[in-house]
Amino acid sequence: MELKRTIKYESDRVKGFGREVMSVPGCEQLEHCIQCGTCSGLCPLSIFMDYTPRQVMELTRSDFKTEVLRSTTIWLCASCYACTVECPKQIRITDIMYELKQRAIHEGFYPKRFPIPVLAQEFYKMSHKRGRVTENFLATIMFLKTDILAALGMWRLGLNLLRRGRFPLKLEGIKRKSELERMMAVVDKLSIDALNNGHQTGGNGGRQHGAH
Amino acid sequence: MDKVNGNHDVRIGFYVCNCGTNIAAMVDVQAVAKYVAALPNVVVSRDYKYMCSDPGQELIQKDIKEFGLNRIVVAACSPLLHEHTFRSAVEAGGLNPFFFHMVNIREHDSWVHTDRDEATAKAKALARAGIRRVARHRALEVKKVPVHPDVLVVGGGIAGIHAALTLAKSGKKVYLVEREPSIGGHMAKFDKTFPTLDCAACILTPKMSEVGAHENITLWSYSEVVKMDGYVGNFKVTVRRKPRYVLEDLCTGCQECISHCVYKEPKFPDAFNEHLGKRKPVYIPFPQATPQVVLIDPEVCLNFRRGVLTDKCKKPCVEACGDRKAIDFKQKEELKEIKVGTIIVATGFKTFDVGRMPQYGYGRYPNVYTALEVERLVNASGPTAGDVLLRDGHHPKSIGIIHCVGSRDKNTNRWCSRVCCMYSMKLAHLLKEHTEAEIYNFYIDIRAPGKGYEEFYDKLLEEGVHFIRGRVGEVTDWAFIPEEEGKLVIRVEDTLAGVVRRIPVDMVVLATGLEPHADAQNVRRLFNMSCGTEGFFLERHPKLAPVNTFTDGIFLAGCCQSPKDIPDSVAQAGAAAAEALVLIDTGHIEQEPNTAYVVEAECSGCKSCIPLCPYTAISLLPDKKKAYINEALCKGCGTCVAACPSGSIVQNLFEDAEIFSEIDGLLEPTSV
Amino acid sequence: MKYSYFPGCSLKGTGRAYEESLLPVLKVLGVELEELDDWNCCGATAYMAVDEVKACVMASRNLAIAEKAGHKELLAPCSACYLVLNKTKHYLHESPVVEAVVQKALRQANLTYSGNTPVRHPLDLLVNNVGIEEIKKHVKHPLKGLKIAPYYGCQIVRPYATFDDQYNPTTMDRLLEAIGCTMVTYPLKTRCCGGSLTGTLPEPGLLCSYILLKEAITRGADVIATVCPLCQFNLDCYRDKMKGKWGHETIPDPRNKDARVPVGPHLDIPVVFFTQLIGLAFGLSEKELGLQRGFAPMRKPACAQRQSAAA
Repeated sequence: MELKRTIKYESDRVKGFGREVMSVPGCEQLEHCIQCGTCSGLCPLSIFMDYTPRQVMELTRSDFKTEVLRSTTIWLCASCYACTVECPKQIRITDIMYELKQRAIHEGFYPKRFPIPVLAQEFYKMSHKRGRVTENFLATIMFLKTDILAALGMWRLGLNLLRRGRFPLKLEGIKRKSELERMMAVVDKLSIDALNNGHQTGGNGGRQHGAH
Repeated sequence: MDKVNGNHDVRIGFYVCNCGTNIAAMVDVQAVAKYVAALPNVVVSRDYKYMCSDPGQELIQKDIKEFGLNRIVVAACSPLLHEHTFRSAVEAGGLNPFFFHMVNIREHDSWVHTDRDEATAKAKALARAGIRRVARHRALEVKKVPVHPDVLVVGGGIAGIHAALTLAKSGKKVYLVEREPSIGGHMAKFDKTFPTLDCAACILTPKMSEVGAHENITLWSYSEVVKMDGYVGNFKVTVRRKPRYVLEDLCTGCQECISHCVYKEPKFPDAFNEHLGKRKPVYIPFPQATPQVVLIDPEVCLNFRRGVLTDKCKKPCVEACGDRKAIDFKQKEELKEIKVGTIIVATGFKTFDVGRMPQYGYGRYPNVYTALEVERLVNASGPTAGDVLLRDGHHPKSIGIIHCVGSRDKNTNRWCSRVCCMYSMKLAHLLKEHTEAEIYNFYIDIRAPGKGYEEFYDKLLEEGVHFIRGRVGEVTDWAFIPEEEGKLVIRVEDTLAGVVRRIPVDMVVLATGLEPHADAQNVRRLFNMSCGTEGFFLERHPKLAPVNTFTDGIFLAGCCQSPKDIPDSVAQAGAAAAEALVLIDTGHIEQEPNTAYVVEAECSGCKSCIPLCPYTAISLLPDKKKAYINEALCKGCGTCVAACPSGSIVQNLFEDAEIFSEIDGLLEPTSV
Repeated sequence: MKYSYFPGCSLKGTGRAYEESLLPVLKVLGVELEELDDWNCCGATAYMAVDEVKACVMASRNLAIAEKAGHKELLAPCSACYLVLNKTKHYLHESPVVEAVVQKALRQANLTYSGNTPVRHPLDLLVNNVGIEEIKKHVKHPLKGLKIAPYYGCQIVRPYATFDDQYNPTTMDRLLEAIGCTMVTYPLKTRCCGGSLTGTLPEPGLLCSYILLKEAITRGADVIATVCPLCQFNLDCYRDKMKGKWGHETIPDPRNKDARVPVGPHLDIPVVFFTQLIGLAFGLSEKELGLQRGFAPMRKPACAQRQSAAA
C-alpha cells in the first residue's frame, strides 16, 4: 500500500491568490462562502471532479493556487449555472470557474493533451481568425491535437452527420475579417489587467508554477 | 435676557471627556479644553478620562461650589446615553438641570473622522456652539404626568400569555387582545418542546386556562387593535371585535351545535391542523381552546352566502343550543375603546412561505411537509391522532429533514432563525419514535447553544439519527438507479465526508425559518415603533434596552422582535411586564420640558397650527380666539413652531435665541 | 414588427434544422426577420474560458451591428448565443472599465454600443409578442396525442430568468399544448445536457445526456422537444455510444408495470426542435422543416396521427 502525505504547509499557499480572484468583478461574493455545499449538491458534474465545487471555493479563498488551477473541477464545469442561481450567498460560482480557467490557461496549468482547454483555445483561435466557428472542423482539430484514436472512433458520427447535411465541408467566416482584427488589436494593446487594479498580476504564462 | 434667574453673570464650566481613547485618540482633548478656557464667560475648562464616572460627576459638583458656576457644558458622547446622567449631576450640584448642555463629539466627530487635526477643529467648533447656547438657557421644570395603571397586551401566544399573567398576578388590570379565535399561538400547535420533550399542551394549557379565569384579565380573542392615540401613561386604544356569531357570555363550550350541524362530516380545511384535517362551519379550533367558545365561519356556513346572511339553513345548531340562545347570526363587529398606560406588543411571527423555494417540491410532491405540519402529524390530538400517515397513504421508512429553509439565504431571508436546528432534532426524535424510520438531517451548521441543547444533540446522535452537513439544492422524484424509483431523492454534498450523495426518502420535512408577519409594517405604524431591515420590531438598544421600543411605554416580547425559542420568549415577556410595572408603580412619568407654548399676545388665531400637530395637542380657546397647546399631549416635535406665521409659538429648550446663538457659535471661524 | 436575426454558428452547421424550421414558422405568423449583416461568433462559453474581455468584444460587435440595423430587438435562437449576448449586456452595465475597452474597440469599426437593443429568444417572442391565440389560428393539423418531454436546458433560464420561471419554465409547454400536444411531467426540464463535454470528456458528458433521454422515456414521452442546438445535438447524435455504455440498464416496462425492460432499444426517441413541431402543426412538410436531419426519425404513430388529421 502506498501512503501519501496530505498535509498542507503555509508555504504551499500562494498568498494573495484568493484576494486577487475575489477582486475580479463578479467574483467578490466568494468572501461570504459558508461552505454549505449547495453548489456541489446541484452540480451534475460534481461526481466526476477531484475537488467538489465547494472545495474549490475554499481552496481559492485560502490561496491554494496550485491545487485549484490543477484541479479537474474547473474544466468539468459545463456552465449550467445551477450553482450560481441557488447559492445562498449569491456567489457567482460559474463566473469564478471561468476566471480560474482563464488563469489556468494563461499560466499553463493543465495536462498537455487534456481536450477541454485545447477545445477552448482552438475555439478562441478559430473565432478570432475567421469570425465564426464551424463545429465539425473545430472538433476534428481538437481530436487531432489530443487523441487521434478518439478521432478515429468518431468517424461514424461524422459520416452520419454528413449524410444528414449537418457536416459542412466549407469553413464559415465573416466578410470583414480585418475589422474584427482591428478590434481585437485594441484589446491586446490596452492592458485591461492594469485597469482592473491588477487582477491578473502574473500576466501571460509567467509564473514559476508554470506548465507541467 | 437672563431675567428668569435674575442672574446676568453667566459663569460656565466646560468638561471634555476622553472616553478612554474613543474620543482622545482622534480629538486632541487638551487642545479643546485650552481653547474653550479662553472663550467668554468660561470660568473652568477641563478634560477628564471618563466624565460619566462618579469622580467625573463629582468634579462638576465640586466646581459648581468652588467657582460659583451656573452653566455646565459637557462634550462627550451622544445625549441619548448620558444627558440624563449629567443633568442629575448638575441638579445634585445645586443648579437647575436645564442649565446644562451636552455636546456630542464622539458619534458626531471622533468615530466618524480620520484626520486628527480636522476632528479637533470640529470639536472646538461644536464646543463653542454649546458654550454660546448654554448662556441662553433658562431654568425649566420637569412636569409629572400620571400613568394609567391598566395594561394592553397585544398577542396571545406564549409571550403575551406570560406577560399578561405576570401583570395580572401583581394586581394590574390587563387587556389581552388576540387575533385568532383562541390564545395559545404557535406553541399550542407543537407536540413536544425541546430539549426536555415536555408535552407542549401539558405546560401551555394550564397557563391558558389561568388567563381565561383570571379576574384581572379581560381576554378579547378574535379581535384586533385598529387604532392607538395618546402617549406613555395615557394611551387610548380602539379594538375591533370580529363577530363569531356566537355570544361569548352565553356559550358554555358544550359543542352540541357542532355535533348537530347540517354537515354531518367535517368538510373544510382546518387551519389549526395546518389544513391536514377538516372541520365544520361551526367549530372550536382545538380541544383546549381558550376561551371555550365556538365560532361560525360565514364563508362556508350554509346560513350565509359568501359571508352575507341569507337565513337559508334549517339551523339545527340553534336548536341544539336551545335555551342558552348563544348563537346569534346577526352579530356585528364591535369597536371597543380602552384607556391604558402601557402596552406590550407580542404579535409573534409567521413561518417562512415554502412556496418561495419551489426547488424543494412542496405542493408538487405530496410527501413534502413543513415542520409545522409534522408537529400536527405526530400530535396525539392531531388529524391522524399521532399516526405518521403520509398524504399518499404510506408510512415512511426513511425521512429527510432539510434545515435552514428560508434562513441564512440571501435569496430569501438572510438571518438564522435560531430555533430550526433544535426543533428539527426534536422532530427527528419524535418521528423516529413514531415510525422507526431512517432519519437524515441535512444541515449547514448545528446551532445548539441553549441550556441542555448540546446534550440533546448528543442524545440524537446516540439514537442513530443521521446528520449530514450539506445544504440541499433540490428535491426531485426522478430515479437514477432502481432503488430510487417511487421515492423522493435528495442529492447533497456530504461536506464532511467530501462526497456527493443521493439519498432516496419517503418523506421530506422542511425546517422553515421564522419571519415577520405579513402585516408587521401596519402594526409598526399603529404603535409608532420601528422595524429593522428584516422587518422585526426594533428594540431601543440591542443589549441594554432589549424589550423597550423607541416609543415610551410600549414594550416588546417574543418573536415579533426576533426569532427566539420558548424559554427566551417567556423571559422576555417577564422583562416586558417588569418594565411596565416600573412605570405603573412609579405612578407618573417625568416629561421632558421641551414642549411648545403660545405667546397669546402675538397669536392672531389663524388656526394654521391646529391641523399640523401630529399629536392633536393644539386647540383654539373659544373665548379668546387664541391657540392653546396642551402640554401633556405635546411631544416637542416643533412643527407648529416652524409653521406659525406670526412667530408666536415658542418651544422650550429650542428658543430662537438658543438656536441662533448655537449656530453663530458653530459658524464662527476657529483659530487653530 | 421586424426583428434583427442572429443565427449563430450552430444554426448554420449541426443545428441547421432549427433555422430551417424557425424561419418558415415565423413567416406563417407574419414575423419578419433580417439576418444581421456580417455577424460573427457570439463569443460563446468556450471562448469565455480563454479571455472574457475579448469574448465581450465579439458579442458587442453583434449587438452594435444590430443597433445600426435599426430594428428594435435582436432574436437569438441558440441558447448559448442568447445567454452570451445577454451576459455581455449585463457585464458592460456592471463594469465601466470593460465597457470603455469595448467602446474603444467598436470605434475601430465605426460602431457604438448603447445597450438599447433587447436580445430576445423565440419562445419569448412567440408567447409574449405573437401570442398563443394567434398561433392556434394557424394550426392546420393538431398533433393530438403526441406526448412530449419539454426540455429547456440551462442557459435560457439561468442565470437570468427573464421571460420564464427558473424552476419550472412553461413557455414551450404552452406553445406545444396550443398545437395539440400533451406534455408529460418532466422534472429535468432545465438540467444540464453536458454541454461541450460530450465531445471532450465523453464519460461525464454523455452521462448527463443519457439521464435526460432515459427519464423522458420512463415518463412515457414519444418525443423530446428542445430549444437549443447543442442540447439537440447531444441528445440526438450520441445514441450509439449511450447504447454501448448503458443500453443494458433496465427501466419499468411502460406496458407492464411489474416487469422491467432494457433501456437500449427505447433510446431511439426522436429529439426535435420545438419549431419543427409547430411547423408540422402548421401543415409544413417534414422536408421543409429539416426533420430528416434527426438521427432517430419521428415515430410512426405521431406521423400517422398527423396524416389522419390531414385526411
